[in-house]
Amino acid sequence: MRRKPLADDALDAIDRQLINLLQDGFPLSNRPFAEVGEALGTDEADVLKRLASLREIGAITRFGPFIDAAAMGGAFSLCAMAVPAERFEEVMTLVNAHKEVAHNYERVHHLNMWFVLACDQPSGINEVADRIEAETGIQVKRFPKLKEFFIGFKVSA
Amino acid sequence: MTIDSIDRKILTATQGGLPLTAQPYAEVAVWLGLDEAEVVGRIKAMMDRGVIRRIAVAPNHYALGMVANGMSVWDVEDGVSEELGALVGALEFVSHCYLRPRALPEWPYNLFAMLHGSTRDEVEDHRAEVVAILGDACRSNDILYSTRILKKTGMRLTKGR
Repeated sequence: MRRKPLADDALDAIDRQLINLLQDGFPLSNRPFAEVGEALGTDEADVLKRLASLREIGAITRFGPFIDAAAMGGAFSLCAMAVPAERFEEVMTLVNAHKEVAHNYERVHHLNMWFVLACDQPSGINEVADRIEAETGIQVKRFPKLKEFFIGFKVSA
Repeated sequence: MTIDSIDRKILTATQGGLPLTAQPYAEVAVWLGLDEAEVVGRIKAMMDRGVIRRIAVAPNHYALGMVANGMSVWDVEDGVSEELGALVGALEFVSHCYLRPRALPEWPYNLFAMLHGSTRDEVEDHRAEVVAILGDACRSNDILYSTRILKKTGMRLTKGR
């Protein structure tokens, strides 16, 4: 994934409106891009061209259905550990070795390692977290989501 | 919540993205040997059941200039946490917003909101805006900046099951 900002003029006003509009949803119809084009004052071909270009330059990472893995029987939990500095690399290697660890970030805090566990079943979360505790001797704090508020991040238009 | 094998095929075929063609659902139908109406009907049913949350774009915050971000965490009174969480989640500079259990005594925070900005100063300005919104209902807050990505793998459906 691109980590560097694009040039200020890489996106025009319609590109920005398109990104904002498509964060909220996409029509389930025979000619959905035509509907989107109409909403933006342009046309189907232009929307398709812009999306291909936005993907090409890395302005968007994906476009398609977002699956709720929890609704399919999967389970997720944010987890955190307080890892002593001198053990950080060792513990990171032990944690990352678990395929259920989807993302892992070092953060500036007493709890300095934050990762997401993604498991096929809810029982998997505690099993993997317990195993990491046994392997590292460090407590794994578990922060499963109780409620999600999703509205979407907007690009300044 | 269950999905059948055809639903799973549709999800597997589209998890990399919808095709950028004028009739994307018809195209997916061709790939899978179904007709367009069935693909659309099944996607709609999966959305109604919450299996598909939405069909949408995921912006790349970094590419769009939002190179600074921090995980802000807030200790919000339980009675109003859902109402206030919804307000925070609706802010333009917030990408992910969740209520999570506290881990007392060490971790008093129950509301997590990822704040984005073009600089760390801008992220701190956003934090001040959230402080103002939460008011007296928030007892304390913190913000955790990331210094390193240690692992990042996409969520992928495993085939079968």
